[in-house]
Amino acid sequence: MGAAMSVWEVVLRSVAVLAAFLVLPLLVGFMEHKVMAHMQARLGPMYAGGFHGWAQLIADAAKFVQKDDLLPTAADKGVFRLAPSLALIPYLVALAVVPLSPSIVGADAPASAVVVLAATAVGVLGGLMAGWASANKYSLLGGLRSAAQLIAYELPMVLAVASVALAAGTLSLTGIATEWRPWWLLWQLPAAFVFLAGGCAEIQRPPFDMPLADSEIVFGPYTEYSGLRFALFLLAEYAGIVLMSLLMSVMFLGAWHGPWSGPLGWLWTILKAVPIAFLFLWFRNSWPRLREDQLQRFAWLVLVPLALVQLLITAVGVVMMR
Amino acid sequence: MTAYVVLGGVVLAGILLVVVALLARWMLAPNAPIPATLRTYESGVDPVGTGWAQVHVRYLAYAFLYVIFAVDAVFLFPWAYVLRDAHLGVASLVEMGIFVGVLVVGLAHTARRGLLHWT
Repeated sequence: MGAAMSVWEVVLRSVAVLAAFLVLPLLVGFMEHKVMAHMQARLGPMYAGGFHGWAQLIADAAKFVQKDDLLPTAADKGVFRLAPSLALIPYLVALAVVPLSPSIVGADAPASAVVVLAATAVGVLGGLMAGWASANKYSLLGGLRSAAQLIAYELPMVLAVASVALAAGTLSLTGIATEWRPWWLLWQLPAAFVFLAGGCAEIQRPPFDMPLADSEIVFGPYTEYSGLRFALFLLAEYAGIVLMSLLMSVMFLGAWHGPWSGPLGWLWTILKAVPIAFLFLWFRNSWPRLREDQLQRFAWLVLVPLALVQLLITAVGVVMMR
Repeated sequence: MTAYVVLGGVVLAGILLVVVALLARWMLAPNAPIPATLRTYESGVDPVGTGWAQVHVRYLAYAFLYVIFAVDAVFLFPWAYVLRDAHLGVASLVEMGIFVGVLVVGLAHTARRGLLHWT
């Protein structure tokens, strides 16, 4: 990226990131339809678009747009309206700094690892605002659970990212992936596990879906949402899966390292992210939901200590190999 | 620095996405609210009381734990840049060990006192 960047290049990059942001979650959503269906011994959507129902999510979007977007009388209207955007846009910003290869990256920020953490932390506000502004008991309970969960799991995630940042000696995701060596798979294994669990909790996917818990509090903070506003929350969830899978690939699985990484580096990054996305879907189909206190205890007594031990291993390793 | 200009552009693109989506909804979606659909949803029965619900104070413990450790995390990231430094490497490792060690004692105390167990 040159020192001077024309306005057009900024526009082009922004549009490219937006396009990726709109297409990749659809692919993950399609994958979820099919993976979930086959794990439950059924076919899933088969008609929309012809081939195995590939256009089902586009049909869903068309349906959502045409639904009456209810604004409950009791709701705090301004905050209620703002919440879906605030849940969605941070994931777009975070996706912009994730590199697919050394040259293919929306915005090669020098501290991109910190940008990602900061952006996802803002996304938390969306759920909390939705829960608060809905003036609904289910929503409020869900919003509080969501806030408590996200602060509890953000911490081990931050520590895991700090561990790879220490190992690479840089805060840039591009730099971390460049410094990556295959033996990091073992050296950074605890951090990878912590990040996977923390990422799953951050996007509130099962087994960490206590804030949404559809069988007890309807849909948590999103209970009062319908139509397009609800669709924006759903998009944020799938964008979250895309983001977390790509981050796992970039920080822990070596991103573009692999045969022919020159021309095909971006393909490697994506190929390594797909199994991680599959894992998120698999978790949903296999594991029951953690209760709120179990969830908190897992974060504070398993993930945080594990991440701190990893930090020690990393730091001692770096000082010894210096 | 230019990377952050792009990030600004991405934020604008995100705002544009939301605005276009809302415009599409404004043009395509019906708007026919009736009192029943605007009432607070409580599984189909008439809502009881207001949207305010009492929540146990136990969430406060998590907030305190987070504040303590979040400060710790702020110091970790700059550390990534000095750990390889010949003069600061070992010294910063020991200092960081003591700093994080104190926090871990606090976490262990919290766990031992049962704040992470709900009964």
